[in-house]
Amino acid sequence: MKSAVIVFPGSNCDRDLAVALEEVTGKKPAMVWHKDSELPEGTDFIGIPGGFSYGDYLRSGAMAARSPIMRAVKDAASKGVPVIGICNGFQVLTETGLLPGALMRNARLSFVCRPVPLRVENSQSLFTAQYDAGEQVHFPVAHHDGNYQADKSTLDRLEGEGRVAFRYLDQVNGSARDIAGILNDSGNVLGLMPHPERAIEPAHGATDGRRLFEGLLETVAA
Amino acid sequence: MKARVFVTLKSGVLDPQGKAIHHALEGLGFSGVNDVRAGKLIELDLADGTEDSAIEDMCRKLLANTVIENFRIERLADA
Repeated sequence: MKSAVIVFPGSNCDRDLAVALEEVTGKKPAMVWHKDSELPEGTDFIGIPGGFSYGDYLRSGAMAARSPIMRAVKDAASKGVPVIGICNGFQVLTETGLLPGALMRNARLSFVCRPVPLRVENSQSLFTAQYDAGEQVHFPVAHHDGNYQADKSTLDRLEGEGRVAFRYLDQVNGSARDIAGILNDSGNVLGLMPHPERAIEPAHGATDGRRLFEGLLETVAA
Repeated sequence: MKARVFVTLKSGVLDPQGKAIHHALEGLGFSGVNDVRAGKLIELDLADGTEDSAIEDMCRKLLANTVIENFRIERLADA
């Protein structure tokens, strides 16, 4: 698997994601700077990490979404390359239009930072194939703007098409229908606020995130 | 020439920041505030002759997220 992790000024989970990818796949991902306009030849997986790209100026993810490398990411996504956006990465994906809806300020205005229980709603995607449908997992969250909102018809479409990948099992940030992570219509782009890359080894307190990367490895390498 | 862009949350979109400001106003003893919505004001200093359509394009492509926000453009008379 030839993975790439995009790095913006203000990204701070890029290393966590790189470590998780290296641990699971055995290969270091390429770290690709936001000003680059191309991904390394043969990139078959793209990770957009968490953090506070561009200091969250204007709106979380807004500036990063317009940076040169995101044109290459959009292009790769349209060709079916799997893309995961975690936390700020999810915000970047909604701002680029690769995923519908928007992530707004948490309903209670506070930064939330704790492990949260989630339900795996779709276990058929290339990111979640190693989970059971309805399974409960724990990933940490750490965000201020994780309140997922979209209009009713978009929410109904996401639900109807099985594109809600993960759902919160308790009140975290006010997200519509407790949505924690969604897929694009062709299923190769996943955005989620919780951090699977921070639940990889027992020292993290949970290892539930590991299977996401293992599943990816299996699908992408196949 | 200058223009101002007002970016506001669409009606119906929950505005936790506005709610907190409202709450703080009440805490200070201001009564009669029915609701508070917070937004952004962006001032642009533009080349003379910039078309309205170009400013609108800026709003749609970057300044506002039209999933959740509305924008209004106000051109300022030259001082």
